Amino acid sequence: MSGFRMLLHKEILRFWKVMLQTVAAPVLTALLYLLIFSHVLEAHVEVYPGVGYSAFLMPGLIMMSVLQNAFANSSSSLIQSKITGNIVFVLLPPFSHLEFLLAYLLAAMARGLLVGLGVAAVGLLFTDLPLAHPAWLLAYALSASAVFGCIGIFAGIWADKFDHLAGVQNFVIMPLTFLSGVFYSIHSLPPFWQAVSHLNPVFYMIDGFRYGFFGVSDVSPWLGMAIVLPSAALLTLAAWLLLRSGYKLRH
Amino acid sequence: MPAAIRARGLEKRFKSVHALRGIDLDIEQGEFFALLGPNGAGKTTFISILAGLTRATAGRAEVMGHDVARDYREARRQLGVVPQELVFDPFFTVRESLCFQSGYFGLRRNDAWIDELLLHLGLADKADTNMRRLSGGMKRRVLVAQALVHRPPVIVLDEPTAGVDVELRQSLWAFVRRLNREGHTILLTTHYLEEAEALCERVAMLKEGRVVALDRTADLLGAAGERRLELKLAPARLPASLEGRLVACSGDRYCLALPDYAELESILATLRQADVTVEEMALTQADLEDVFVRVMREAGG
Ligand SMILES: Nc1ncnc2c1ncn2[C@@H]1O[C@H](COP(=O)(O)OP(=O)(O)O)[C@@H](O)[C@H]1O
Ligand SMILES: [Mg+2]
Repeated sequence: MSGFRMLLHKEILRFWKVMLQTVAAPVLTALLYLLIFSHVLEAHVEVYPGVGYSAFLMPGLIMMSVLQNAFANSSSSLIQSKITGNIVFVLLPPFSHLEFLLAYLLAAMARGLLVGLGVAAVGLLFTDLPLAHPAWLLAYALSASAVFGCIGIFAGIWADKFDHLAGVQNFVIMPLTFLSGVFYSIHSLPPFWQAVSHLNPVFYMIDGFRYGFFGVSDVSPWLGMAIVLPSAALLTLAAWLLLRSGYKLRH
Repeated sequence: MPAAIRARGLEKRFKSVHALRGIDLDIEQGEFFALLGPNGAGKTTFISILAGLTRATAGRAEVMGHDVARDYREARRQLGVVPQELVFDPFFTVRESLCFQSGYFGLRRNDAWIDELLLHLGLADKADTNMRRLSGGMKRRVLVAQALVHRPPVIVLDEPTAGVDVELRQSLWAFVRRLNREGHTILLTTHYLEEAEALCERVAMLKEGRVVALDRTADLLGAAGERRLELKLAPARLPASLEGRLVACSGDRYCLALPDYAELESILATLRQADVTVEEMALTQADLEDVFVRVMREAGG
């Protein structure tokens, strides 16, 4: 067997062993959003005809959890290894750059998707969700988690300390995910902010994901996929180039 | 047969530091080799380049004939490195750490060898202990085991005995000697020169990124001027004709250079003629530390 599978196995075990923090905690956070926002807004907001607010909210919450946790997994794994120095254990073996990249990326996606499933499962206790186009759901979940898994790899390699990572988290990841239509349809925004939202790639991830459930969305799922999938491919390529350059990892 | 380790014109510049200034070195297969030098000489940098942890600024390095940059996968398969820093993964137990490391090298069913490593490094009863709960010495042993888990033909130990108790040092060296007898090439850096002297057939001394001495240990020690005659004299007075040999003196004790044993006779005769009695006498051989100090002094800088 190749070393790749063992590295992937290790990366998955790493979050699996501390599931309470890495899976259960984000599921609980999403559940709190769901309960609070739907309690406040259920009676007042109907974004799509026939879709209640808590149902509308669910896909966005699931996708947001997928993205944040995919990012958190690769970035925190890399920075922890760098700071404790045990990154040498994965730098010494004969991994190709692609194997190294894919192990971290797939583990990040796995954690993102697992948390997403958890949020979906818990959310379904409180609200019903149709399942219009499962293939779109899967396509968006995979490509969007890959995008944020890659961003996590960049951040984890670039950051020298946890503060740097927290900065990326607070100033890039949180705004991108929150200002993407998780809690509202961007059609309810003033035209300027609608235009700004269209520049946010996360908007397409959430919008397309929502299409997978309801069969309705703000923009065509094809347009969204034409933005998200190439983004995932480009970022993967960029991460591969970064690893090959040895940036910060191999002086 | 390719050299176990070969460096040609190897240079490394960090931003403000020229850490390696052109290293040429061949370490043959099966050798037990010591790389010595003061702190900051560039030993760890040299090892890091071999392991691909750092990239050379110029020159090239090979492990078992495989270029560490171009053919890095094969080079790394041939190499086992015990890093200088005491690093560990707090998420896992000793056995898990070893299984992962083994798996990274593509070896899945490796339990027999892992058990043997655990046994020989005195870790058998710690196999299922979390890495966090081990003492420093025990962590060091795990690092050694991790480096050996893929049975690399070339083993590099970067100050493996720094801050390690005597018992571990003894058992570690016994084990490393055995590996060397079985054909593994060993490259060692250490601060304990007596260890290098006892273990290594050949020594390179590094200073400020340059090799300033490279020879068989025996030849370095046997080099002219390294043998000494220590005398306690009464009265405490050295005949003028012997003053040229004086290396050190304190009170009535004199230390003379004795490049050739044949000269002992004439020295004693000179003392007798000067009515000086020899109360105590000892012949000493310079140890590696003396050679080291001399080489470092002569290398200037
Ligand atoms: N990552 C680094 N960045 C900048 N300078 C470094 C780095 N690593 C080592 N050095 C410098 O290179 C020189 C050689 O260091 P090193 O190889 O660790 O020496 P040794 O192992 O012989 O004590 C030292 O001056 C050290 O400060
Ligand atoms: Mg060092």
